[in-house]
Amino acid sequence: MAEFTLPPHSVVKKGKQVNKVEGKNVKQFKIYRWDPETGANPRIDIYEIDLDKCGPMVLDALIKIKNEIDPTLTFRRSCREGVCGSCAMNIDGTNTLACTKTIAEIKGAVKVYPLPHMDVIKDLIPDLTHFYEQYASIKPWLVTDTTQPPDREMLQSKKDRSKLDGLYECILCACCSTSCPSYWWNSERYLGPSVLLQAYRWIVDSRDENTGERLDQLEDSFRLYRCHTIMNCTNTCPKHLNPAKNISEIKKLLIERQ
Amino acid sequence: MPSPLAKIRSLGSARNGTKVFIAQRLTGIALVPLLIWLILSITSLLYYTDFGYLSVSNWVRTPHVTVFLILTMSILFYHSFIGLREILEDYVPNHTIKIISIILVEFFIITMTVASIFAILRVALGDQ
Repeated sequence: MAEFTLPPHSVVKKGKQVNKVEGKNVKQFKIYRWDPETGANPRIDIYEIDLDKCGPMVLDALIKIKNEIDPTLTFRRSCREGVCGSCAMNIDGTNTLACTKTIAEIKGAVKVYPLPHMDVIKDLIPDLTHFYEQYASIKPWLVTDTTQPPDREMLQSKKDRSKLDGLYECILCACCSTSCPSYWWNSERYLGPSVLLQAYRWIVDSRDENTGERLDQLEDSFRLYRCHTIMNCTNTCPKHLNPAKNISEIKKLLIERQ
Repeated sequence: MPSPLAKIRSLGSARNGTKVFIAQRLTGIALVPLLIWLILSITSLLYYTDFGYLSVSNWVRTPHVTVFLILTMSILFYHSFIGLREILEDYVPNHTIKIISIILVEFFIITMTVASIFAILRVALGDQ
């Protein structure tokens, strides 16, 4: 839905400077805070960290803040090595994973916001319910009619397996979808780059027997064709994948079957 | 209350979009040579004639010019209709306003197409 101004209760207010630190290597962190229990508008709180006493990644700093300065700061994290996708957030203006983003590459204060244009549950935690249901809607599993022998695997040639490279690495962190203007305006109907990349992952899988039905489900001016090759998705992907290319591959298959 | 999945599945896929996608690309490709031809022709008219009514209408009367002018105008309007509809679909949040504005744009584009073809034919086939 195209709304270019924030609703009044979402306008970000000035927060407070939570702590001050003396040292040679002090970095400021400006972090988006919103507490659903107070009903107050979101604010930007400022924290200071001595980088000589902190790990190298933005996630290290967030964990240090939560452990040592302000236990109310709320964010998701799990694997701390770019595999789980939990700590996806907007850092220094770009959606990325806090655990693989180094503090050193950011000039000035480190600005940390939740993923854009999503409902916020608390602080840096966006509500991903709709996103996950969109993922479920593309049936992210093998669909077959041929009965498979119970005593061995479904075989796939090395060439067919290589078609899944650049697709299976997607960790569903939602960085790409929430960076896409088309997804901001029409996320009720447009599936978004992440889910479309996943849809393509099952479309090109040589073991799947449901390709036509999968393409049928995507052939829709909103579900697929809201993609206007803006390429924010490819630009932001913390796993260096190329959802824009995968979406155009889906479009090519739809043209091929005309 | 429908579940989130029911909301996403909604009425299902409309099974459309591919033909529009192809048409947008093809009209775009066709417009490249047509618009280059149009610009070059008008430039040479400006340079080599007085650009008065007689010289321009004589140019429009040339059979291949009439054909290419009609092609250029109809393809240009069709291409712009696809683009305008995409913009309305992207940015108009209210469904009713979206549908009404798409229909109004369609009527406008069809009217403009017919009017421009009529104008070209009137010059090309009318009395000198």
